[in-house]
Amino acid sequence: MDIIDHKGLPQLIIILLYLGALLALGLFSSRLFKGTKEDYQVASHSIGPFLLLMSMFGTTMTAFALVGSSGEAFKEGVGVYGMLASSSGIIHSLCFFVIGVKVWKLARRNHYTTQIEFFRDRLQSDFIGLLLFPILVGLVIPYLLIGVISSGVVVQSLTAGLSPDLFPVIGPDGNPIRALNGGVPTWLGSLVICVVVLVYVFFGGMRGTTWANTMQTIVFMILGIVTFYVIASKLGGQDGLMANLKALGESIPENKSTRIEMSKMKFFTYLLIPLSVGMFPHLFQHWMTAKSANTFKVPLICHPIFIMIVWVPCVLVGVWATGSLMPSKPPLPLIPGTNVVNANAILPFLVNTQTGNILSGLLAAGILAAIMSSLDSQFLCLGTIFTNDVLTHYKGKENVTDAQQVLYTRLFIIAIVAITYGLGLLKPPSVFALGVWCFSGFSALFPIVFAALYWRGLTAAGAISGVFAAITSWSVMFYQAVQQGTLRTFVLELPFGGETYEVMPVVAMLLSSLVTMIIVSLFTPKPSEAVLARFFD
Amino acid sequence: MRSLSQKSTGMWIIAALVVLLLILHQDNWFWTDDTLVFGFMPIGLFWHACISIGASLTWALATVIAWPLDDAVTAEPETKSEEAAS
Repeated sequence: MDIIDHKGLPQLIIILLYLGALLALGLFSSRLFKGTKEDYQVASHSIGPFLLLMSMFGTTMTAFALVGSSGEAFKEGVGVYGMLASSSGIIHSLCFFVIGVKVWKLARRNHYTTQIEFFRDRLQSDFIGLLLFPILVGLVIPYLLIGVISSGVVVQSLTAGLSPDLFPVIGPDGNPIRALNGGVPTWLGSLVICVVVLVYVFFGGMRGTTWANTMQTIVFMILGIVTFYVIASKLGGQDGLMANLKALGESIPENKSTRIEMSKMKFFTYLLIPLSVGMFPHLFQHWMTAKSANTFKVPLICHPIFIMIVWVPCVLVGVWATGSLMPSKPPLPLIPGTNVVNANAILPFLVNTQTGNILSGLLAAGILAAIMSSLDSQFLCLGTIFTNDVLTHYKGKENVTDAQQVLYTRLFIIAIVAITYGLGLLKPPSVFALGVWCFSGFSALFPIVFAALYWRGLTAAGAISGVFAAITSWSVMFYQAVQQGTLRTFVLELPFGGETYEVMPVVAMLLSSLVTMIIVSLFTPKPSEAVLARFFD
Repeated sequence: MRSLSQKSTGMWIIAALVVLLLILHQDNWFWTDDTLVFGFMPIGLFWHACISIGASLTWALATVIAWPLDDAVTAEPETKSEEAAS
């Protein structure tokens, strides 16, 4: 009874049990390891439909799916579902269908594991690989940092009260910060998460990653629904779920239950952001694990529904927190040093204040599951890129044995985890605002992969120019946003017919990449017919 | 096995459905509507949840009428499914 009542302790125990289960799963999966590079990096192309669905869904859903969705709904209202979730349901599956299946076929035929191997072969250009390598790695690293930093923050906030003497958190006014005081420090929480992910990726490779992702996806989906039910029952104060839902629905203020404060053009142009999935290097590697083309069918169909199952409850919880049924005490968590409500802390806050310690611990495990299910794929993917596209490519395949490639991939993974953890300790101030910029960067490269698969006229010079155009426009707008201090909210303002429309920067990035790629391709030499014949039936 | 022309027609149907979904996604008609569906769900959220279901149905149809690859052509018999193995 004492353990259950001790604030922070049940949460810590549940987190540790969950991490232990993950480690066991990862180590067990390593017993099936065949010792080859192909098995380590793509699980010998043996993954069936269910595991592919769960691993791809877990990889694309970060902590943002649970914590950020409720936080954004708290700030912007129900419109965030259309802006971020239903759009992803359409576009992600479109990418699986249009890019994933086709690229899988070509990769199986020509033995690619990474995007860079595909582009080098398709365009007969070594330089495209050299160009894409730093861009892909550079766009993945902030994404990784968000996961590493978030994991520490989640562990600390959900174990708050555990040991105020050992882990004091004092505010600028000299008083303890209640929401964090006594929680496991962020450096320790992040370290433990990184080590756990490292262990199961190191030993289990892609098979361990896929199994772990599957378990984690099941965990965060179930816990999300349980959390929704418990919070609805507590906040609503009525008898029965429907009565609670109705009471809470009526309590939502009009500006949150509609989109009266949301720009229609911004909502529309947000549709381009999910195209990033077509160029995510870690998702590309997951596609390569598919046993057959038909394996893609289940993920294609279920992905939009899964997004709905996770997002709708979180968005509802977020808008309920703005309503009249939200208790005034304890007060909503604020961003330290300001009077602004910390929207990303809304869900953990509600769980801490409206549910018991056990559910709070389970939710912590659920959020960590969402974080780790993206981190593992990204670590593995960067290790694979370094090994295949740099080391093996320049050393020569004939000079590196299969076993050595597995060893190098593992060593690179250790290095990447260590570097990311080190960067995370520096707590770069704007890293969370970088999320949408990373996604926009990947989206801007979408025309290149699409044209490589469907346009015989694409040339190496066209693709290289398109990549340069994408990254140049990205850099120019990023610089403007930094200068204006609007990294999180930066939009292009388009005057038309006496009105000004807000357009997401991804539109300009994608158009510049697309137009440049087409124009340059029209005037430069194509790869030979023999090469094209290998890519176009 | 579906013929090439059937597959091509299927592709056009799926393309049309995706365009329709994207048009329906921009639901300006519900922008300021605060109706609660089933008494608890704001209609803007309900509509987009339906879009998610519509997307799933569209992709389910795509696997039937417009699937680009035939496993009989691409399958490699030596590979073994993880799920079959477990």
